[in-house]
Amino acid sequence: MKEITSAIQLIPLEHYILLSVALFSIGLLGVLFRRNTIIILMCIELMFNSVNLLLTAFSAYHSDPAAQVFVFFIMIVAAAEVAVGLSILVMMKRNVDSVDINLLNRLKW
Amino acid sequence: MIFLFYFLSAIMIISALLVVLSRSPINSVIFLIICFIAMAGHYILLNAQFLAVVHIIVYTGAIMVLFLFVIMLLNLNKANIPQKTSLTRIAAVVTAGLFFLVILAATRHTFEFHARYAFNSNIGLVSDVGKVLFHEFLLPFEISSILFISSMIGAVMFGKRDVKEL
Repeated sequence: MKEITSAIQLIPLEHYILLSVALFSIGLLGVLFRRNTIIILMCIELMFNSVNLLLTAFSAYHSDPAAQVFVFFIMIVAAAEVAVGLSILVMMKRNVDSVDINLLNRLKW
Repeated sequence: MIFLFYFLSAIMIISALLVVLSRSPINSVIFLIICFIAMAGHYILLNAQFLAVVHIIVYTGAIMVLFLFVIMLLNLNKANIPQKTSLTRIAAVVTAGLFFLVILAATRHTFEFHARYAFNSNIGLVSDVGKVLFHEFLLPFEISSILFISSMIGAVMFGKRDVKEL
């Protein structure tokens, strides 16, 4: 355990920023790229998690535990969001018998 | 140990790309689980042990199982959804790439890192996070239970075929 905590200080913080921004961009790409609603929900989870990772990295580098509590709250909100989002998806499948996001295009205007 | 960071990062990036690109939703869920497990490894590297355990329990244990349940119960795996047009897909790739470049350029050299407190490797342990959670953030913690019960009621209401059945 001592080795792990000392090795952290050798990795520059910029690499965590790079990793998180890359993951967030991949999530954004998935939201724009796919038409399947369930994959869009998964990509939203991916974006949540990239933010969580960056908050944890900042917390570890600043030695401030408050950010880790924030990550905990983000996880709570993500769990609630997934429950509601998946029930909306179930209702959509039941009503229009498809999970194509383009069937909901009237929500745009 | 530094090797481990780059190894986990490569696993995460590749599996995240496969989530977006794979054909069937089941494969996407499996790759997302791999990505989340690698992320738990990152949390352990950052010595955030509480978050690593909560992440495994909540994400891989609950949320991903929920996704798998929905895919299997609704039989979504064979759903024939047409791809977007190639123009839209190129636009999506360009948008995501530009977003990546802009955010990276904005965060690259705009700030210098000065640690707020002296280095303390124990902040991610359960006792320290618990002390902060139940002293400074007790009210938000209690309010989040209201959020949870309202989202649970909302999910049940959505799941009902008709509200009048109640």
